[in-house]
Amino acid sequence: MLTVADLYASYGAIRAVRDISLEVNEGELVALLGVNGAGKSTTLKAISGVLRPIQGSVRFLGEEIGNRKPEAIVKRGISLVPEGREIFGGLTVEENLRLGAFSSFDRGRYKADLEEMFALFPILKERFHQAGGLLSGGEQQMLAIARALMSHPKLLMLDEPSLGLSPAMTDQIFELIVALKERGTTILLVEQNAERALEIVDRAYLLATGSLEFAGTPEEMKRKVDLTSVYLGGDEDEPCEVHL
Amino acid sequence: MIDLEFAINTISLGSLYALLALGLVFVYGILKLVNFAYGEYIMIAGYAMYVLGGFGYIPWYVTMIAAVLFAALVSYTTELVAFRPVRTKSMTAMLVTSFAVSIFLQNLVLIPVSPRARAVKFPAIFSHTLTVAGATVPVRNVLIIGTTVLLLAGLTLLMKKTVLGIAMRAAADKFTTTRLMGVPANLVISATFIISGFLAGVVSVFWVSRSASVDPLTGSMPLLIAFIATVLGGMHSLQGAVIGGFVYGLLFNVLSITLPVSMISYRDAIMFVIVILFLLFRPEGIWRKGYTEERVG
Repeated sequence: MLTVADLYASYGAIRAVRDISLEVNEGELVALLGVNGAGKSTTLKAISGVLRPIQGSVRFLGEEIGNRKPEAIVKRGISLVPEGREIFGGLTVEENLRLGAFSSFDRGRYKADLEEMFALFPILKERFHQAGGLLSGGEQQMLAIARALMSHPKLLMLDEPSLGLSPAMTDQIFELIVALKERGTTILLVEQNAERALEIVDRAYLLATGSLEFAGTPEEMKRKVDLTSVYLGGDEDEPCEVHL
Repeated sequence: MIDLEFAINTISLGSLYALLALGLVFVYGILKLVNFAYGEYIMIAGYAMYVLGGFGYIPWYVTMIAAVLFAALVSYTTELVAFRPVRTKSMTAMLVTSFAVSIFLQNLVLIPVSPRARAVKFPAIFSHTLTVAGATVPVRNVLIIGTTVLLLAGLTLLMKKTVLGIAMRAAADKFTTTRLMGVPANLVISATFIISGFLAGVVSVFWVSRSASVDPLTGSMPLLIAFIATVLGGMHSLQGAVIGGFVYGLLFNVLSITLPVSMISYRDAIMFVIVILFLLFRPEGIWRKGYTEERVG
């Protein structure tokens, strides 16, 4: 479904990714793991068109999208839930969701979509007419995900959805990701919480200092990668230990 | 009944300045660009009225509507031709471009028309006066208030009830995220320039009617007023711009009647002192943003 090949991208001058290749197949839940600054968000930004790749290709459903604008990429079915949620604080929950449906608006379907979001996130129905900026962090994350789902994405990309949330809220978000996958949504998940992510994903990629270090199933990753060293140790030359 | 007269004239002046400031803030909100060519849209609309009025057989209201639409078109064209190519470059490039557009538009009328002022015809009704509850006010001032009420109501509807308006508010807050919703960047930016130019055109009708003449520098004073009003009211919201416009109008009129005759020429200097005080002690303006990004907890 999504094939990224030999991707180079940089954000400003410093945060950069080099030679990233990854694949997400239909119906899969794939994680992109790594420490802060490893290049996970940069990769998602390059896929969604916010960053223009310097080199390499991004193919989605057989079409090259590497040079498309973000608004064109959403239309093709990739929706990004950005890092930090990026809720429109001055807009109501309703208006946030309405914008989520912008790329594929259909009057008849819209009402039904809203009802579906209310079923997934009952809190959004309660807060429907409130400003997005007045929601709590967890509620904002739910709104950000609902907003992305309103465009009926074929591929949903989540950037650090658990960041800054309470443990209880984090549990809820992870349960939700599993539920979305079971509904048939293809998901590319970026997470710092590798342990948690590996419990739910089909496959995972590990990024360190801008390049791909490992790719495989959660079992392989747990067996071959010393995750503690990835997150706690690791020096410049040996950012993480991979035992092949 | 001097009080009612004062009230109506102040509201009228405030209305005009509110529209002025609003046109500037519309573009600032999205692009974070103070468009120094904004005054030129007002000037160009004045010349449109001069040219159309010169034919003699076009009804005045047609002339005015055409001038307003022309200002919107010129604003849109400057976005397309001048601002869009440098948009992804630095902020400085945008700012310098706006100066270039301003100078270009001034010369566009200066060379083929004349550097001297041209008389613009207005219907007699613009200079009539009206007696409301014993107060004598110019009809023009009542027209300004009526037009402003209609425009503010219309813009509020546009911004609150239409998807384009919602997208424009979202883009003023988080531009990239708005694009991630599938909202085309060009659509939002073009729309803001068209609205900005439209407001400049409406302001032009009333501004130019005061002296019934237009010259290549007609736009500089309204630009300055718009800028000061937004500093007073707050650059970061449309509400702030409207409030700033009314506050400016009020301050200006209060100074006009309270200052002794010998001091009246210092009126503008006093306005600038007020602006400097605002910049020092309340740089965000009267209207701060009414919400926080994320509630704690």
